Amino acid sequence: MNDQIRAILKEHGRLAVDVASLKDDSDLYEAGMTSHASVNVMLALEGTFDVEFPDRMLRRGVFESVSAIAAALTELTGGSAP
Amino acid sequence: MSEGSGNVDVVARIGKEVAAQHADSVDREARFPSETVEALKKAKMMSALVPKELGGHGCGMIELAAMCEALGQHCSSSAMVFAMHHIQVASILRHAMKQTYYQKYVEELVEKQPLIASATSEVGIGGEMRTSKCAVMVDGNGRFKLDKDCSTISYGAHADDILFQARRTPESPANDQIFVLVRKPECTLTQKGAWDTLGMRGTCSPPFMLESQGVVDQIFEVPFADVASETQVPFSHVLWSNVWLGIATAAVARARAFVRQQARAKPGTTPPTALRLAEASSMLQTMRTNVHDVASECERLMHDEKEGTAALSSIGFALKMNNLKVSSSQMVVQIVNHALLICGIMGYKNDSKVAVGRHLRDAHSAALMVGNDRIYATNASMLLVLKDD
Repeated sequence: MNDQIRAILKEHGRLAVDVASLKDDSDLYEAGMTSHASVNVMLALEGTFDVEFPDRMLRRGVFESVSAIAAALTELTGGSAP
Repeated sequence: MSEGSGNVDVVARIGKEVAAQHADSVDREARFPSETVEALKKAKMMSALVPKELGGHGCGMIELAAMCEALGQHCSSSAMVFAMHHIQVASILRHAMKQTYYQKYVEELVEKQPLIASATSEVGIGGEMRTSKCAVMVDGNGRFKLDKDCSTISYGAHADDILFQARRTPESPANDQIFVLVRKPECTLTQKGAWDTLGMRGTCSPPFMLESQGVVDQIFEVPFADVASETQVPFSHVLWSNVWLGIATAAVARARAFVRQQARAKPGTTPPTALRLAEASSMLQTMRTNVHDVASECERLMHDEKEGTAALSSIGFALKMNNLKVSSSQMVVQIVNHALLICGIMGYKNDSKVAVGRHLRDAHSAALMVGNDRIYATNASMLLVLKDD
């Protein structure tokens, strides 16, 4: 799952650094992800994992790192992500 | 009403007795409303938001909003200066009180009543608050240097201290920002242009080159992103909207006076202007309800220790705040324009008792301070993921 998340971040996150250089718990906003880019990341995640983030999850903290995103996706898919 | 409403009365009186007296000269000469600010300082209103146990008035957002509206009825510039100062105070109180430096600063705020400006906008970036070019340069001795080329600093020349955002380090990306207070004795402000505008002339907001230094303790420990979403945006949009509500209320009051005068001249017939007044009154009520509703929700979330922080940083809340800003900034212009149509030539003449020219010019600033088109663009993007569930 983390590899897919990283691929989406690489394409849509507009990070200032190479996503490969980031740890799973590195702060993506500190790495340059803007709110606008984070919306595109959310859309791509919803498309790829076939989920919908409920509004309560649409806040900064949920998308701040690879592991935070993975935790949110796991919650939504009940751990059965592709 | 609560005990605190006495504070609103004090500010309303300053509005009526001080701000109103000088509003025309402040506007005509594009000068800082120093009389009003002095009166507010004397009444210890620069620390209105500071909790009582720390020596302040212990006001909440709703009371402060009512103060902004009360001042806005008499002098929009005074009200906007007051609002902007308190957006900064609210940021310190919510995000920096774990830091010794700011505990001391708040004591000073209560005692000396300094006026805090913000240096949000930057040349090459404009009003995009969450992006910075300038960066903090920290040396080995716990001190920093920070220069910012500001496209505008409201009342920069009259402020005692300045709070603003910058990149964390010269290597940081544009949105990795810190928030820092710099003290006037430790900064040099070089004015780079004039402030000769259509309205809001008394806010005195020309461009400045800001060169500052200080100790690293002045840097907020929490990232600016949190300060922006949890405090700066909600406080700005609620307080600004209340200033605009004050402007709209004042213009409608003038239109009402005009219509009553017409009615008295010909008892038995309802003047045709009364119909338009009825329309303006309905618009004003809609605006007031919207402003008050969002302010109540904001205040509730800010005091909700369990869910508040998450809710304030959510996309749904950001959308609601942005909607408040665009709608109230548009309504103020429509309402004042109605007042002008009602008062006719008497509203158009600057020396008339029902003049609304200043109100109309001031009202037009509302759509521009953080441009509405930029806000709509942000909302459009957020709506792509928001479900309203």
